[in-house]
This record gives sequence, C-alpha cells and structure tokens, in this order.
Amino acid sequence: MKTPDNWLSIAVTGLNAIDSPGPGIAVIRALREGLNRKVRIIGLSYETLEPGIYMHDVVDKTYQIPYPAAGTTALMNRLQYIHEKENLQLIIPNFDAELPQFIKLAPTLKAMGIATFLPSAEQFEARDKVNLYQFGQKHQLLVPRDKIIHTIADLQSCEEAFGYPLVVKGKFYDAVVAYTLEQAQKAFYKISAKWGLPIIVQEFITGTEINIAVLGDGTGRMISAIPMRKLYITDKGKAWSGITLEDDTLIQVAQSFTDATQWKGGCELEIMRTAKNELYIMEINPRFPAWIYLTAAAGQNQPAALARMALGEDQPVYEGYEAGKIFVRYSWDHITDINEFHQISGKGEL
Amino acid sequence: MYLRKNIATSESGFIFNPATGDSFSANPVAAEILRQLKQGTGAAQIKEWLLESYEVEPLRLERDWDEFINQLKEANLLES
Repeated sequence: MKTPDNWLSIAVTGLNAIDSPGPGIAVIRALREGLNRKVRIIGLSYETLEPGIYMHDVVDKTYQIPYPAAGTTALMNRLQYIHEKENLQLIIPNFDAELPQFIKLAPTLKAMGIATFLPSAEQFEARDKVNLYQFGQKHQLLVPRDKIIHTIADLQSCEEAFGYPLVVKGKFYDAVVAYTLEQAQKAFYKISAKWGLPIIVQEFITGTEINIAVLGDGTGRMISAIPMRKLYITDKGKAWSGITLEDDTLIQVAQSFTDATQWKGGCELEIMRTAKNELYIMEINPRFPAWIYLTAAAGQNQPAALARMALGEDQPVYEGYEAGKIFVRYSWDHITDINEFHQISGKGEL
Repeated sequence: MYLRKNIATSESGFIFNPATGDSFSANPVAAEILRQLKQGTGAAQIKEWLLESYEVEPLRLERDWDEFINQLKEANLLES
C-alpha cells in the first residue's frame, strides 16, 4: 500500500520489544499519539522475530534492512527500494550501532526527501564510552575517572589509580563490578572476548541511578528533559518499571549537557546521584531510551517533537511535566501465523 | 522545620517525594503531623496538639517526636 498524500510516512527501527528492548515500539506509540495527523509507520527490522514486525496495529508494514556490517551502500540500496514503495518522509533510527551509518547517509536521504534528526558524527563520537572522561573534562561535567586499556597488565595501573571496587566495561556493552584483581582479570577476558578491545576501566561510583531522556534541537536549545528513576530492574539491568522525578538539579545537568554539545536529537543520560548529591554522568546513549513513551505520558512527547523538528515545523520548548508518572512494562504472548513468519523471512517484508 | 515543598501527601497517609521517587506509608497520627507540617504549623504547636489529643507523657512525646523527625530527615522529606 502506498502512503496516501496527506499521511506522514515514518520509518522506525528498534522493533525488538524483548526483555532488553529496543525503543522502536515506544517511539511509534508516542508518534501515533502526539502528531495529531494520520501516520503510516514503516518498521525497519534486522531479525525475523522482532515482535514489532507482527504487531500490525502498531507497525503498518515492515522491511528488513541489512546489518550495519554490510556497509552503507547495502543500507542505502535497501532504503531506496523502501522509499520507492512507501514515499518515506522521516526515518528515526533507534540503535547505537546503526547510528553512524544513518548519520553518514543523512545528506543523501535529505536529497531524496527523507528527513532525519540526528547528532553529528562528532557529537556521536564525543560521548562514546571511550571518550566520555575527556568529554566530561572538556565541558566541566562530572564523569567518573577511567582508563582505556588494551592489555591485562594495564589493570595494575587501574588498581593503583582507582582501588577496588572498580568497573570493567566493554566498548559497546557489558559492565562488571570487580572487587579484586582476579575478578577484574576475569571480566577483562570475558568482555574483550565478546566485544573486543579496548576495555574501559572506570572508578566505581555508588549512589542512586537516574536516567534522563533529553531532546535537543541542535542549536543548544533543550526542548525537553524528563528524569526517571528505575523502580524495578531486570537481571540485564533494564528498567521494567520506573517513575518520573521532579528535581531541578537533574534538569540543570541535562541543560549543561545540551549547552555544551548543542546536541541534536534524542538521547539518554545515565546519572548516578551520590550520597553527597553529586550528579555523575555515567553514560550517554545517543538515541531515545526504550522507556521514551513515559515522556509522552508525563506531558512532553519527545518522539513527536523530534518528528516535528525533523519536518521543519516549529517546536517550542516544553514547559512542565507530571512527576510521579509510573510505567510498568509487561510481557505478552502475541500470536502470529507461520505465513507471516514466512513472508518476513523469505521476502524480507511483511 | 518544614516539609519539603514538593512532597505530596494524601489523607490516607501516602507520602511521595517527587525528587527521589520514594514513597512511604504513614499511620493516621503521622499523616496528621505531616499535614500540619506541610501547612507550616510549628513543632511546638503540633506537640501541644498531640498532648491534648493523646494520653502521652511529655517526656515520652519528646522522645517519640525526635525519633519521628529523624525518620523524616533520613527519608529526605524535610527542608535542610
């Protein structure tokens, strides 16, 4: 089905609404509610069992796209095919790993009439785990000290610098709190085997973990910031329930980040509030978090605002939101048919 | 001594601190004390009310009051 002329056609990735969910379904829910116009959602999937593919009341049509490892040309070819069919007006990518390619392709997509609203390659790199400490130093933001190491022998210097416990982190994912050299070594081997080198060793900061969903317009204007504390955490450390907070100091951290980076698009700041009320930025995720629908529920619909800005429409800074708004995630056995599985796995679209 | 401005309380004794996301349950007496603190009533006046309303020795009241206030401080519910 071709998108009717007066409808918006928006492509969204991150349809993996699993136990460690991608943000796609939450983004779509917010778009459908917040744009006040008819929207056709085109899902872009990587794997055949991403639940969103089969949720037809959420995603109108899904196309598989190549993994980032296949390169930008393969992705571009696929997007061209999808664009011919769907007349896309906007793409909202939601995975860290795919963002560099979409950032690279943004000018070409724009020339095709497809909008994006993404950070620059420089912004994306600067907040990378490997560069986070320098990033904090440069912008006077409180970030835990770290060392980037390439060999197991380097752990010795981390021990001297930070003492124990310390945190051993993978370049892309995984973090282990190590209380002894043996534990740190074990974590080094395990994480480097899975995610490669370097390994980031970070000083351990204890406190209350808070996440802030932030939307910047790319000129230093912070359109929205919603802080959330996790109330229930899965064994993978993901929020299964969370509550919006009202605390000006958290909003100020988000504002300082936006001022310093001129961030364009959505992102998530992972904050640790210590007993002394210091606010450390532990990590910066360069896209919307999976709990992004909570921003809409609290009164600041960040995905809808991003879409409006991407399409060149006016988007004022949001004022006020509801503190104490809670999300409780749940699982649901969605039923589909072998024919649908066949369609997506055989033809790459459904 | 004041309850933080943004602390939400309900008649049933539910307390919510929107800055931390913490919530607590208070018994009816504690809920009434919190209500009065929120209205800006002073400690001396509240204690007077407690002495009039309940059979409690002044010394015991002082001890319980201190303990209660410490709990509120620990829960980050009082203005510092």
